[in-house]
Amino acid sequence: MKVLVYQAHPGAPHSEANKAMDVATDAVEGIEFVDLYATYPRFDIDVEVEQARLLRSDAILFQYPLFWYSTPSIIKEWQDLVLEHGFAYGSGGDKLTGKIWSMGITCGAPEEAYGAEGYNGFALRTLLTPMEQTARLCHMTFLPPYVLYGALAKREAHGLSPHAEGWRRWLIALRDDQVDLTKAGACDVIQAEDLNEVIR
Amino acid sequence: MTGFLMLVTVFLIAGVIAVPLAARLGLGSVLGYLIAGIAISPILQWLNVDIIQIQHFAEFGVVMMLFLVGLELDPKMLWAMRQRLLGLGGMQVSVTTILIAAIAMAFGLQWSVSLAIGMVFALSSTAIVLQTLNEKGLMQSQGGQGSFQVLLFQDIAVIPMLALLPLLALPEVAEHATQVSDSHGAHGGNAHGEDGHDDHGSMSLVEGRPGWQVGLITLAAVGSIGFIGSVLTRPLFRFVTMANLREVFVATALALVVGIALLMSLVGLSPALGTFLAGVVLANSEYRHELESDIDPFRGLLLGLFFMTVGAAINFGLLADNFVLVVGITLGVMLLKAGVLYVLARVFKLAGADRWLFTLGLAQAGEFGFVLLSFTVANNVIPQDIAQIALLVVAMSMLLTPALFIAYERLILPRLIDAQEQAADEIDHRSKIIVVGYGRFGGIVARMLRQIGEQPVLVDYSAKQLEALRKFDVKVFFGDGTRADLLHAAGIEDAKMLIIAIDGKEQVTHLTEHVARHHSHVHIVARAYDRPHVYDLYQAGAHDIIRETFDSAVRAGRSAYEALGIHPFQAERLAQKFKKTDRQLLVATASVHKPGVPVSENEDFIALAKELNAQMEEELQGAKAGFGIEGADGWTPPPAKIAVDTPEEKD
Repeated sequence: MKVLVYQAHPGAPHSEANKAMDVATDAVEGIEFVDLYATYPRFDIDVEVEQARLLRSDAILFQYPLFWYSTPSIIKEWQDLVLEHGFAYGSGGDKLTGKIWSMGITCGAPEEAYGAEGYNGFALRTLLTPMEQTARLCHMTFLPPYVLYGALAKREAHGLSPHAEGWRRWLIALRDDQVDLTKAGACDVIQAEDLNEVIR
Repeated sequence: MTGFLMLVTVFLIAGVIAVPLAARLGLGSVLGYLIAGIAISPILQWLNVDIIQIQHFAEFGVVMMLFLVGLELDPKMLWAMRQRLLGLGGMQVSVTTILIAAIAMAFGLQWSVSLAIGMVFALSSTAIVLQTLNEKGLMQSQGGQGSFQVLLFQDIAVIPMLALLPLLALPEVAEHATQVSDSHGAHGGNAHGEDGHDDHGSMSLVEGRPGWQVGLITLAAVGSIGFIGSVLTRPLFRFVTMANLREVFVATALALVVGIALLMSLVGLSPALGTFLAGVVLANSEYRHELESDIDPFRGLLLGLFFMTVGAAINFGLLADNFVLVVGITLGVMLLKAGVLYVLARVFKLAGADRWLFTLGLAQAGEFGFVLLSFTVANNVIPQDIAQIALLVVAMSMLLTPALFIAYERLILPRLIDAQEQAADEIDHRSKIIVVGYGRFGGIVARMLRQIGEQPVLVDYSAKQLEALRKFDVKVFFGDGTRADLLHAAGIEDAKMLIIAIDGKEQVTHLTEHVARHHSHVHIVARAYDRPHVYDLYQAGAHDIIRETFDSAVRAGRSAYEALGIHPFQAERLAQKFKKTDRQLLVATASVHKPGVPVSENEDFIALAKELNAQMEEELQGAKAGFGIEGADGWTPPPAKIAVDTPEEKD
């Protein structure tokens, strides 16, 4: 499977977790990585180029920190411009049919903060429903996100390498068609420790 | 010499006093000139001046005016209006001539005299009407266009009329004329008549030749205008601009107009028509605005002189003796002309205010009436005494015309406001933008404007640049954009925006000052040379001030950041941060800026700049100690210990 990873972090040099993930994935062959903020520092997204990327990929992933329960702004800009009517959805908009749509998210808050009892009030998957519905409208398969909870605390405690290493494993498994899509699809979210379950 | 200076002084002073007064009272410049002429007529009489002679000289103003009118009309537009030109103009001239002739015959005049008088009164005053329409901004209205078409037709119609009139000659008038020819002095038709004869007699390329030769010579003359205009002028002007002296260009422009007028009168055609054609041919030339601004002052002065001579030539003795008769005929003629015009306006679907403008504007007799009258007297068509009265009627009707325009404005227009508003939709709503300086800077701005469908008026003073751009089909007008008259010709009055992209700090500042003062409705985008120049331009009234090298320098800095390995988005943020800081510095140091004093000699400026720089350095250092590199603040994570308690989502 051809894998395309969009990385988006406006404060990229200062994000420990995302930097670790970048370093871990830099070595992976046969996967296309796009740093959105580096490619479009002035947000002038080239729709033709981006659509061409999508057409030649089978799995589209976004790697980003959760900002205000959503994506960094450039991913929204990318969605607004690239997922055109007639291309991604609507009449004749079937160019993305069957592709995998997923994400690798780092969350500052710990897992227990997400849910009715936590201070973030909602489960992460609930917060991610816009992404999920986007995939649905574009006839794509939504794959549960690969998530790092409590990124800030973990940076202090155990270091970030298990998560970053897991991300690398996850991408390679996708590339090599080693992921059990049925099992993975049934998960709520996928964390580093779940990988053994969903990779064949 | 003293006499000449005296004369010039009298005319100039009269105009200078009367015209602003008339303008102030809302009467328009034409009436001001006419009144000035009447006021100085005793002085002129005392000086024993031949007013008619001066009038002939001043009539050249009409020739220049038609040249300028032609410049505004390209051949395509002229062709598009051909039907109205012939229909509206032809009907006006023929119907009015026939009706007036019929009435004159009813009063017992001979048919030939009646027909000649009909022709004299059928013509309207191009000078007064066009001047007034331009002054009041009515030229582009439907009524204004209709008026123009009629006037243009009349100017053309004069030529066959001049050919036709000698055929109407009366033997008994001829005898009478020889008896009285010496008894008339400075004023009156006889002196006029001899001049008229002169114009068409003494020098001619066509007199005494067979018809087919006349035809060929005439065609060749008209053809040569086309040739001169479309082929010869460009290399000529390019040659002239090499001298880089304005007066040489003015001289060339004058030589062009006067030369064409000469050629036309040599072949017996109307000089006004010839220069009009030359104007039309040059309407698409890049030298158009420069020609306009060079010829315009001459036109203004000569027309002013012409109007004054009309006022001064009124023979008040004769008027007093025949007051009721003259006023009666004048009103009768104007009423009749207005009636014909009104019906034509209806037929040609001019509605509302336009119909009234057309009807009232053209109701007078005009300066071609003078020409025809003098010609008829010289050719013994009209007896001297009748010509004298007719001359008074023409002058009186011209005197009354400004009053009719005032009546149109004050009485008719207010009632037709609604109709006028509907008609306004037809006017071109496109915003007008002038770009002065079409070089490396202005060129980019102009291209950006074209990208959104604007067609900016481009002005540049480099003939070389012009030639280069021609090859790319870019139309740039030649001229010095810092000159007020050229800006006028380029249409600054109804421009929305002026973009100043010329070199020369002082020139940019002066131009900004001038436009901000006299055309406050224009949005000025000015290019500044450096920081002190920004202050000058701000003071001068520029709306947007762009430092010419600032943005590109910031981009170069940003490229340097990226090459140093700074993440492109970070580099962008840092560049933005720098721009913001620099802008703060610009505003902060504005208070100590002294116009005219270089910053390196301004102690206060140096002290403040140092202080502010130190302050900023300190802030930057502080920022580094806290949240890391400046420019990333919003996205850097809060310290880990607080993070757990804050609802903000940061990685």
